[in-house]
Amino acid sequence: MLLRRRITLSINVLILLIGSIIMLAPLAWSLSTSLKEKKNVFDLPPKWIPDPATFANYKGVWAEAPILHGFLNSATIVVFVLTIGLFVSTMAAYAFAKVDFPFKETIFMCLLGTMMIPYSVMMIPQFIGFSELDWVDTLLPLIVPGLFGNIVVVFFLRQFMQGSIPTELIEAAKLDGSGFIRTFVQIALPIAKPAIAAQAALGFMGIWNDFLGPLIYLHTPEKQTIQVMIASLQSMYISNSDYPLIMSASVIAMVPVILVFFFCQKYFVESLAISGLKG
Amino acid sequence: MTNKIPGFRRKEILWAYGFVAVPLLGFLIFGLAPLVASAVLSLTQWDMVSSPKFVGLANYVDLFKDEKVYKSLFNTVFMLIGIPLGMVLSLLLAILMNQKIKGISVFRTIYYIPVISPIIAVSLLWQWILNQDYGLLNQMLWNGFHINGPNWLGDPRWIKPSLILMGLWGGIGGNMVLYLAGLQSISRSYYEAAEVDGANGFQKFTRITFPLLSNIHFYIVVMGVIGTFQAFSQIYVMAADGGPEFSAATVVFYIYQHAFEYFNMGYASSLAWVLGIIIFILTLLQFRLSKRWIYND
Repeated sequence: MLLRRRITLSINVLILLIGSIIMLAPLAWSLSTSLKEKKNVFDLPPKWIPDPATFANYKGVWAEAPILHGFLNSATIVVFVLTIGLFVSTMAAYAFAKVDFPFKETIFMCLLGTMMIPYSVMMIPQFIGFSELDWVDTLLPLIVPGLFGNIVVVFFLRQFMQGSIPTELIEAAKLDGSGFIRTFVQIALPIAKPAIAAQAALGFMGIWNDFLGPLIYLHTPEKQTIQVMIASLQSMYISNSDYPLIMSASVIAMVPVILVFFFCQKYFVESLAISGLKG
Repeated sequence: MTNKIPGFRRKEILWAYGFVAVPLLGFLIFGLAPLVASAVLSLTQWDMVSSPKFVGLANYVDLFKDEKVYKSLFNTVFMLIGIPLGMVLSLLLAILMNQKIKGISVFRTIYYIPVISPIIAVSLLWQWILNQDYGLLNQMLWNGFHINGPNWLGDPRWIKPSLILMGLWGGIGGNMVLYLAGLQSISRSYYEAAEVDGANGFQKFTRITFPLLSNIHFYIVVMGVIGTFQAFSQIYVMAADGGPEFSAATVVFYIYQHAFEYFNMGYASSLAWVLGIIIFILTLLQFRLSKRWIYND
């Protein structure tokens, strides 16, 4: 019996190992290609270890596109939306979760309704509106709507607060003379911290990897986010099959996210688990 | 009525309104207003240069005659195949991972990396892997099995399976984490009771594990359907102009083309409304169906 269990376990691990190789191979292949000279990428059979290895493609990408601007633009959007927008969402979530007020359910259902409207319905009028304001080719259309909070985030934080902030604790604080803001800051925020961190992790990913919005609004290379920049590099270099350069661009776009992921892994997995089970 | 509410309560209510005011304002400005505007726009013809021309329902009539609308809808429905495939694979992985093996978190991280990777970067790398002559996949097919791999992204028959393949690679890890959390929340006592009754592994899976994960199946299906209908970035990168014979374009891609390449704002809006209604009906339908087969404990 013990032997049988051991064999099953080994087979499981073996399958997981093979799966891991399949998951990692494309990433390894892009890294390997990005370090090759252009004339070597068409070698048959394909070589995994670049020989000779070169950083010339990365220098090429750096010279071709204002990569640093791309990072800064993406980071600017992330910072604004994740500080102000997330705080606004947390405030609303608290009111919806722990305070009774007239029309609460109606307002909440209205907000939830926006979740059902696909972005493609709103993007055309939004684009027209923002071009009236002369905001096209600036980061504003990507930042400003985010500052008003995100209903998905409100939804999950509300779920979380309903379950984990005891009403008695809030009542006790009120009896001690704590005002609305103080109760929110000193009681609700500390308890909700892990959920907020999880939403921040998810939000970072969503904003950093967003493409359609930035593609519509950002045209000048210096103003583009990193994703739009990388995509336009591709359309320039695909025609002459400069795969090493394109792969370097791909690696450049990927590295920051993977780094953030490794540092905040706990929150990512948590956020996914929370959203899945409650949703 | 107001004078019945004690002062401290009134203050609290005011604060609460203050707390929800900003998202509500955002909903009005960036949700409701565009929604109404989009409905009005869909009744016009407008290139953003000349003044808009009211055309009534003409856009909607045109849309039903537009072959590309049907093609993009068909492509989207075809790509839904990826959802059940992904569910089977990610559930299998989650079951394999749901045991006390050392280093299981390393596996979890590895499977999760594609999920967090930017879709643009992922699309670029798959475009290279799927290259007909020098791509890794066809090279391996030839070296390993002497199969002449197809022109994945250049052949209208293969481009959708290619996108599904890439979607599987990029999505399995996320669903696996969800399933893993679900598996860990199933109480051991169910299995012990079933063992007493002499259930075998297969029965335990079909009678206990699978039904008890129904809320996760449901979540994945809903999210998957919405995501597939909204797919854009990978099409934009891997299938220039919607792929050969428009075989990879999704509805969102076609909306994008009309709005931001041809500047047919009116026609694009009518397309967007059709998509919006489809997504709305699908979501509603799924919620209805879910009531029948979801177990809640």
